[in-house]
Amino acid sequence: MSEPASIPMTSNTKMLSAMVGIGIFCGLLIVLTYEGTLPRVERLRAEALERAIFKVLPGINETKTFSFSDGQFIQTDQSEGTVIYAGYDEAGDFKGIAIEASGQGYADIIKILYGYDPINQIVIGFYVLESKETPGLGDKIEKDENFLANFTALDVTLDDTKSNLINSVIPVKSGTKENAWEVDGITGATISSRAIAEIIDKSAKQWLPIINQNIAQFNE
Amino acid sequence: MSESNTHTTTSTDEFIKGLWRENPVFVQVLGMCPVLAVSNTAENALAMGLATAFVLLMSNILVSILRSFIPKEVRIASYILIIATFVTITDYTIQAISVDLHKSLGAFISLIVVNCLILSRAEAFASKNNLGKSIMDALGMGVGFLFALFCLGAVREILGNGTFFGLQLFPDGFQAWIVMILPAGGFFTLAAWLLIFNLVQQRKEAS
Repeated sequence: MSEPASIPMTSNTKMLSAMVGIGIFCGLLIVLTYEGTLPRVERLRAEALERAIFKVLPGINETKTFSFSDGQFIQTDQSEGTVIYAGYDEAGDFKGIAIEASGQGYADIIKILYGYDPINQIVIGFYVLESKETPGLGDKIEKDENFLANFTALDVTLDDTKSNLINSVIPVKSGTKENAWEVDGITGATISSRAIAEIIDKSAKQWLPIINQNIAQFNE
Repeated sequence: MSESNTHTTTSTDEFIKGLWRENPVFVQVLGMCPVLAVSNTAENALAMGLATAFVLLMSNILVSILRSFIPKEVRIASYILIIATFVTITDYTIQAISVDLHKSLGAFISLIVVNCLILSRAEAFASKNNLGKSIMDALGMGVGFLFALFCLGAVREILGNGTFFGLQLFPDGFQAWIVMILPAGGFFTLAAWLLIFNLVQQRKEAS
């Protein structure tokens, strides 16, 4: 913007001090709000996660959190770091595992939770924890019934060595799903729906072998 | 913008003008990104309107208080800093209110920073007027923006989803107009409201 020539320039020091002053004040406000809301935000998040675990592992009654270190799963109370959630039914029998996974979507990182049934070797549930996908298009990954139906019995069978999936989870064009390991995409949300298939594929390849090799540890 | 201070205006005038005569959406056509993007349901529209109004009010207050302290050369940068701060605060607050609400608005909260309505009120009004008037201006503009967003959201949700605040309005046989939820529907609805608004305005001027 052009100022009239008669107005003298403000000194650099004044400009700098104004910006720094406002910056410090704004920073303080943000930190205070963050600290103030953090306990409640964390509680709400934990509750939402709990609800999501029950959603992706239908029929369970109780959950336990496990962390993986030094080649084995250890039960923990912390939900920080890399943890998975094991679900048990009323009789206390081990039913399945909920795994958090994330990956690049269309707008930002998508964070999901999916339920794995190690007995039948299928993915039995899926829930979006965090996504900034376009409302009306990309966010169909949370609502589209046909898409969500992909994750009621998605085949993730491991090979005989229990170290790799027999078939990778692959995204296919909407309406062309033929095999149990394919994820039917969404028209108008191609990138977001492909992203989900890729996130599950990557996470399944990482987690399922170690889960199956240590499956006995969840029954203890 | 007609912020002419040729005749003295009262605080009430500053409030009223934002509601109708200088409505930020229907007259000034400002802040179109959130208007078109987040008005697909009445609830989203209401939440976005409230969030924007809050940021507008707080930034107007701070800009008005600091108006003699901020050098002209760095004023826009300062305003953006102030606006961004309140947007971040709003973001945390919404997260603390409801995870679901944050999930449905998440992508757009941070975009309030670049809502030209807020920057324009800081630049055109709050930086030139006292605190009282700036508050009234922000309240008027904020409520006007909320009202406009709600008008769009309600129409789009009713036609595009057959519901109003999630309540089923029509019998099962109703075929929802999916296009109304999509971006194109936002343009259609905005055009329709602008038409109605201008017709009313013309009638008023003619009589």
